[in-house]
Amino acid sequence: MDTSRLTRVDEATWRLEPEGAMRVPAILYGTEELVRAMDDKVLEQTRNVASLPGIVKAAYALPDAHWGYGFPIGGVAAFDPDAGGVVSAGGVGFDISCGVRTITTGLDRSEVEPVAEKLADALYAAVPVGLGRTGQIKLSNTELDAMLEGGARWAVSMGFGEPADLERIEEKGRMEGADPAAVSRKAKERQRAEMGTLGSGNHYLEIQEVAEILDPAAARAYGLVGGQIVVTIHCGSRGLGHQIGTEFLREMALAAPAHGIELPDRELACAPLRSALGQRYLGAMRAAINCALANREIIDHLARGVLRRMFPQARMALLFDVSHNTCKLERHRIDGEEKAVFVHRKGATRAFGPGHPDVPEPLRAVGQPVLIGGSMGTGSWVLAGAATSEEKSFASAVHGAGRAMSRHEATRQYRGDQIVAELRRRGVIVRAPSMRGVAEEAPAAYKDVDAVVAAAERAGLARRVAHLVPIVCIKG
Amino acid sequence: MAEAARFEHFPHGADIGVRGLGPTLEDAFAQAARALTAVMVDPDTVRPVEPVAIDCAAPDPETLLVDWLNALLFETATRHMLFGSFEVRLGDGRLEATAWGEPIDPARHRPAVEVKGATMTALEVAPTAEGGWLAQCVVDV
Repeated sequence: MDTSRLTRVDEATWRLEPEGAMRVPAILYGTEELVRAMDDKVLEQTRNVASLPGIVKAAYALPDAHWGYGFPIGGVAAFDPDAGGVVSAGGVGFDISCGVRTITTGLDRSEVEPVAEKLADALYAAVPVGLGRTGQIKLSNTELDAMLEGGARWAVSMGFGEPADLERIEEKGRMEGADPAAVSRKAKERQRAEMGTLGSGNHYLEIQEVAEILDPAAARAYGLVGGQIVVTIHCGSRGLGHQIGTEFLREMALAAPAHGIELPDRELACAPLRSALGQRYLGAMRAAINCALANREIIDHLARGVLRRMFPQARMALLFDVSHNTCKLERHRIDGEEKAVFVHRKGATRAFGPGHPDVPEPLRAVGQPVLIGGSMGTGSWVLAGAATSEEKSFASAVHGAGRAMSRHEATRQYRGDQIVAELRRRGVIVRAPSMRGVAEEAPAAYKDVDAVVAAAERAGLARRVAHLVPIVCIKG
Repeated sequence: MAEAARFEHFPHGADIGVRGLGPTLEDAFAQAARALTAVMVDPDTVRPVEPVAIDCAAPDPETLLVDWLNALLFETATRHMLFGSFEVRLGDGRLEATAWGEPIDPARHRPAVEVKGATMTALEVAPTAEGGWLAQCVVDV
């Protein structure tokens, strides 16, 4: 990205004052190196978001931002319904409520390492991954609607997962305001056999070791102990979310002129929050959030079943479950006044700081856990929402490394079997249905996640708590 | 010289673009569908065992292309099928097509990824300099 048009506010904050159709400034967070490495499209997309009706304060791009659909991935924007604000299907994305959860196990690396191959096989057999694999659970129409209204609470009531998990999930496991009737028959049809499936692309289930602790007090509150094993799951709302995203993007793009909205880019498709279409989308999107929460709860349940069988001594507990493609009604301080606004986080994680009432009590003093997925080779991070995140980015932080290389280029440069062998030498066991899929997800195709989280810390969005490295990676 | 029927992929940030080219608009749409299949598997490994009828309507050719590819993704997801060959008929804002394919066999097809949806990014339906047609968009994987 050409930074000459940006004003550098501090070491990790860059600003573009409103120009042309922009209603608010664009603010980019990242070190000079990360911002320079971003595609020019990130600035163009952030400027476009800044021009949407009813946007408040600023349009934000986070240190992992890259070129997305309408909104940049790694983008945050909030809209005021009282000021003609909009909700954007593109601003949430196709994989609604895609997210990450991490489970602590109390197991030491030394207990798991000798049987890691067997564990990889057992997890790969228990959790359906990739295209064409269906789940064990087939839902009737009534059950589907109950799942869409109940989220992870529904899953727990069906015997998948434990009641104690719910406290450790955003919205306590159930997103209010879901409207199953706003979800099309086609979207439900796509989900009928997909509950408890991981999907593909960058989705994964990993057995990881807590390799390094940077904030001992926060780590203690989170139950993270150096050398111990955690399970991390990255996936979303599967076919249901994809279908809802597809249908509403089309409908919002075609209806924009009737709503008096001029779209600089069709993918920015949006509708006024106070319109029938906007409300219908919110109902459907919230149902998709519940679908993702239920799905991660079920996959977690399948994984815990495997661990319990192999390690009866394991003491498993959900650390936290975050979603990174959402639009949520939240209260934030804007120009000294508290206001209810609709915060879009596209490839961005909610990151409430210490003391926030929505953070579960045992974690509250430390701040909300922010779980960051890295690539297969580089490891992942646990951060804590910073006290300054509220003022900086509507309490949002990064979500992952972000791609540095296209899938196209990755398959030209890498071979899946060579990557699997190289990772094996480095102590990471990979199970995946497709070697081409592995090549597309080559560690070198991603930005340096360590640099991304360091920049998020410098920008005051979240602070680093612990670094996790994979031992087993089940790749979708 | 007439535009030869063929497909290509083009890079896009985190995802991938699909492009169909051909002497007619119908050919370009059919080739775009092959490009979509090729994101997931080698389309030549998909046997044309079973026909599935697809019907869409849209106010403009670009939206029709996105609808067509998304209709195929819906059939892939719900019938657990892959499609390798396509007959496309276009007229008056409508598309009527037959997609030929077979049930997904993970062991034989080795699907690389699942496609979440066809998008409106880099969306273009246009005549080519060679007198043929091009139909393209980015797909989210």
